[in-house]
Amino acid sequence: MAHDIAPGPAPADSTPQPGPVSDRARPAGLRKRVGGGPAKGKAGKAGKIPLGRRLRRDRTLLLMTLPAVLLLVVFNYVPILGNVIAFQEYDPYVSTNGITAMANSPWVGMAQFERVFGDPAFWHAVENTFVLFFLQLVLYFPIPIALALLVNSLLRPGVRAVVQAVLYLPHFFSWVLVITVFQQILGGAGIIAQELRQRGYEGFDLMTDPEAFKFLVTFEGIWKDAGWGLIVFLAALAAVNHDLYEAAAMDGAGRWRRMWHITLPALRPVIALLLVLRVGDALTVGFEQLLLQRDAVGPGASEVLDTFVWWTGIRNQDFSYAAAAGLVKGVVGLVLVLAANKTAHLMGEQGVYRK
Amino acid sequence: MTAVIDRPAPSRGPRRPGRFAAPPRPVWEEPPSKAGSAAKGTVIVLACLAVLVPLWIVVVTSLSSKQTITEAGGLVIVPKDITFVAYQELLSGGQVTRAALVSVGVTVTGTLFSMVVSVLCAYGLSRPGSVGHRLILMTLMVTMFFGAGLIPTYLLVQTLGLTDTYLALILPGAVSVFNTLVLRGFFMGISSELIDSARIDGAGDWRILWQVVMPLSRAVIAVITLFYAVGYWSAWFNASIYLTDQQMMPLQNVLIQLVQKQEIPVGLNMAVRAGDLSGTAVQMAVMVLALLPVAVLSPFVQKHFKKGMLTGAVKG
Repeated sequence: MAHDIAPGPAPADSTPQPGPVSDRARPAGLRKRVGGGPAKGKAGKAGKIPLGRRLRRDRTLLLMTLPAVLLLVVFNYVPILGNVIAFQEYDPYVSTNGITAMANSPWVGMAQFERVFGDPAFWHAVENTFVLFFLQLVLYFPIPIALALLVNSLLRPGVRAVVQAVLYLPHFFSWVLVITVFQQILGGAGIIAQELRQRGYEGFDLMTDPEAFKFLVTFEGIWKDAGWGLIVFLAALAAVNHDLYEAAAMDGAGRWRRMWHITLPALRPVIALLLVLRVGDALTVGFEQLLLQRDAVGPGASEVLDTFVWWTGIRNQDFSYAAAAGLVKGVVGLVLVLAANKTAHLMGEQGVYRK
Repeated sequence: MTAVIDRPAPSRGPRRPGRFAAPPRPVWEEPPSKAGSAAKGTVIVLACLAVLVPLWIVVVTSLSSKQTITEAGGLVIVPKDITFVAYQELLSGGQVTRAALVSVGVTVTGTLFSMVVSVLCAYGLSRPGSVGHRLILMTLMVTMFFGAGLIPTYLLVQTLGLTDTYLALILPGAVSVFNTLVLRGFFMGISSELIDSARIDGAGDWRILWQVVMPLSRAVIAVITLFYAVGYWSAWFNASIYLTDQQMMPLQNVLIQLVQKQEIPVGLNMAVRAGDLSGTAVQMAVMVLALLPVAVLSPFVQKHFKKGMLTGAVKG
């Protein structure tokens, strides 16, 4: 390809300088980007430079992405292939090596999936997953918005920074820590129960109460992440053009009307986007959080799809069965995410990826 | 406060409005009503207290003597005597000391590794028009939508022989696609004229990354480093399924055992049984160890959060 003559002046080969002042210094693609051209136009233009030259030109960039791509291929793509064991009766002891064990395990077709769909424990996990998801949607979702409105109304920068620092903090604590804190405060030996007993009332143990569990889980989530969730709303509020408020005030709008007609519409796209994304992620409700409390409340109240897979696969070593359940969850989850993104696009938002 | 006016002005020059002074209110904005401010203040103070009070209790209890803890009936709210016995015991060798060292080691190594891999990848993808960057971007994004699932990943880690090695705690989750895309979004925002001029001056991609892009991206790099570090520091699940050797467990896993099974860490039995040390204080001290680095670091990076989160999340 080297003998091909590239369009445009001064091809890199003829430049005597030590550093490769290549095509990229005379940026076909870059100029395109500044103009904000669509992807198709970019490809059309760049396509005029032969592939070999472009590869050589961009070899450093490609090399730089290599470690990340390799890690993702090994730890994210290879295991996707490993899902074939869902169609097998996988026996890790057939062979010393996972791959040969997979090759030597008998194929059973859809038998594992039939087992999964006939298992009341699986459907119970599905039910718990959805109950927790809806509770979180209803109880958790509005809180960061309300908090953001409150924090945004704090005018003193110092006070605001302190409040934000405090509210962000729990997001950075591990689930182990959060649950331990809750245990110490609300548990049977916790400070509130102790206090009640000392005053002659009956103590209680919220941490092991299956009835209260779903609310407890939601509340833990609020404690840990509601403060963090306000960041994106604060950013949306900061982007509001303040002249709008002034103009509205001139027209006689009071503070509530300004909030209703300016602030909330400014938040609308973010709210819609987050809501859509949350729905797309409905099947994933706090794996670590629930796993940590599984022993205390028992699987009846705490089993969700993720913990179900963990229990059957890692604990009971029923690998094929767990892989089948995991695959069902993965596929339904994928459909939900794609549908959610589609909805986001239809609403004119960007979603996780662009169209 | 009137006395302030009489005092001579400080030599530093004219007084600037402090961070804790309210900025002037625009003329059109009506001042808040007394009741409104009070309600607002109450909610915000309550929200902050909901975070701070539990932490206060944990820290104070870990610093209390056995006698104080017994008198308080478990957890201490008002400190009486401050003692560091629990920490001395925990950090003078034994299981918790080892676990803390393991956590520090895994966090430092893992964060460095993740940052190198992510920054390189983000830069490699940040020059538009480069060969294959769309394909690689897709390769990254797909993993955000479809995970392989727990079981195949577990079997793979086993097959690779990573079980019972610290690599099992680092490698499987070393690349966060989200973090990488945040970095990429930020790198793409750096003016291309700047990069082009560096290139014309003879700088290659490595040099541009190191001497132009990285110094301009300190804010986002600080945020992403914190995200990775917090991830490694808080992780316990991988350790719980890939490590069988109790000696290798990181701090979070020791904390789980301590709290859920009420096991006193190995090496502390004597002190606790002898009655010098309260088991509760030990638990609280381990919790403080687990939360301390995060609680200390995150406020420093806080001012960059919004910028970092937005460049990635919105531009993605």
